[in-house]
Amino acid sequence: MGTNPPVDDWATDYDIFDEDYVKDPFPVWDELREKCPIAHTERWGGSWLPTRYEDLQALVRMVPELSSRNVLVVSQKREDREFDPVLAEYGNSAPPITSDPPDHVPMRRMLLPLFSPKATEAHRPFTEALCHELIDGFIEKGTCDAALDYAVHIPAKTIAKVIGVDVERTDEFVSWIRGLLEEGNTDLEKRNKYNGILRQFFGELVDARKAAPRDDLISHLLAQEVNGQPVARNAVIGMCNLLLVAGIDTTWSSLGSALLHFATHPEHRRRMATEPDLFPSAIEEMLRVYAPVTMAREVTEEVKVGDVTFQPGDKVLLNFPAANHDPAAFEDADKVILDRKKNRHIAFGVGSHRCAGSNLARMEMDVALRVWFERIPEFQLTDPDAVTWVGGQVRGPRHLPFKF
Amino acid sequence: MRVKVDADKCEGHNRCCALAPELFDVDDYGTATALNDGNVPPELEEKAKLAVQNCPEYAIEFVKD
Repeated sequence: MGTNPPVDDWATDYDIFDEDYVKDPFPVWDELREKCPIAHTERWGGSWLPTRYEDLQALVRMVPELSSRNVLVVSQKREDREFDPVLAEYGNSAPPITSDPPDHVPMRRMLLPLFSPKATEAHRPFTEALCHELIDGFIEKGTCDAALDYAVHIPAKTIAKVIGVDVERTDEFVSWIRGLLEEGNTDLEKRNKYNGILRQFFGELVDARKAAPRDDLISHLLAQEVNGQPVARNAVIGMCNLLLVAGIDTTWSSLGSALLHFATHPEHRRRMATEPDLFPSAIEEMLRVYAPVTMAREVTEEVKVGDVTFQPGDKVLLNFPAANHDPAAFEDADKVILDRKKNRHIAFGVGSHRCAGSNLARMEMDVALRVWFERIPEFQLTDPDAVTWVGGQVRGPRHLPFKF
Repeated sequence: MRVKVDADKCEGHNRCCALAPELFDVDDYGTATALNDGNVPPELEEKAKLAVQNCPEYAIEFVKD
């Protein structure tokens, strides 16, 4: 990061890894939304960047013209894409997020019941005990890194429990996922390396469960059929991969951004500490304002959107975070309103690929913030310059030095 | 007042059920349905409006009797 030449014109040459943009993308989106509204760049393999809510709502419904087969915001150069080693070895790499019709719906329906509101509520006591235990670990000190000592562990250990993998190994899982999504964002060799590690890990587990099924998620997936055929080994590996990768960085980011917001907005912090009924709308507002995830689509057929035409092979970034700041869709879009009534945000995406883990993420946010405010109602950021950010696919803070 | 969920548009965000559990239910796949034939008693009209206004898929609407 930071090695590319600075950006002069965001409309024609944006850089999603520009350091200032990663920290504060909002002014860029506002400007592009006004004058563009779909920007283009040749950087990082080339892509389009929409910014309006209405455009995002339309783009997600352009199936099959916009394919999900590669959802990463950076991919091989166009001419090298067919040699993507993961795609070559595994076909569809992480179903159902990388699935298109007709496979998408049957693959997705295998996962949805495992992440229904009822199913995710069953994990609430685990997450709640975990949050208390984490806070027990640093409350006496009066300081912590809210990103590394708290936020990261909540989704990591909860999704490990949901998948049925060793909850004690989450530091290792987090390092793989950061390798894949953070370093691997711009370093394709690293991405392939960590993809390989994850696939080997789940490959061994899938084989073990095939030989001796247990009462767990992997055994449950292996017992499913898709169109009358037993589900393929590689599909189950891909799904597990997806659950771990998508289950950690995303909620870690949302939770970190929310904690940072409350550390730096005393009035909002006090309301959260004293008005428990505010939590549902406040969490939705945090999700709207600090939506972490941008997914990508690959164009398979020429399609015209407004003034621009996407060509086959082009990459389109589904910039849900920018859509959530569109004044045409949200009243006072630039203000954080904890009791916002009308909030049709699309932090979890929208359309047929709506985040399958959204109920789990919301449960984790709710528990993590409730326990935090119950135990630590007053807290501050000690050093704003020490806050670091990652961006690209998933945007969120990775260091949050707090005192309380 | 009545509400209707378009099951073809619903993608399982669960916003309606979270905002107005008295009026909506979701199945294991996340698809929402309106309870009590969509009838909204006067005391729940405000909640019904919230459900309509917060659905990211525009899948819920008011219908005239």
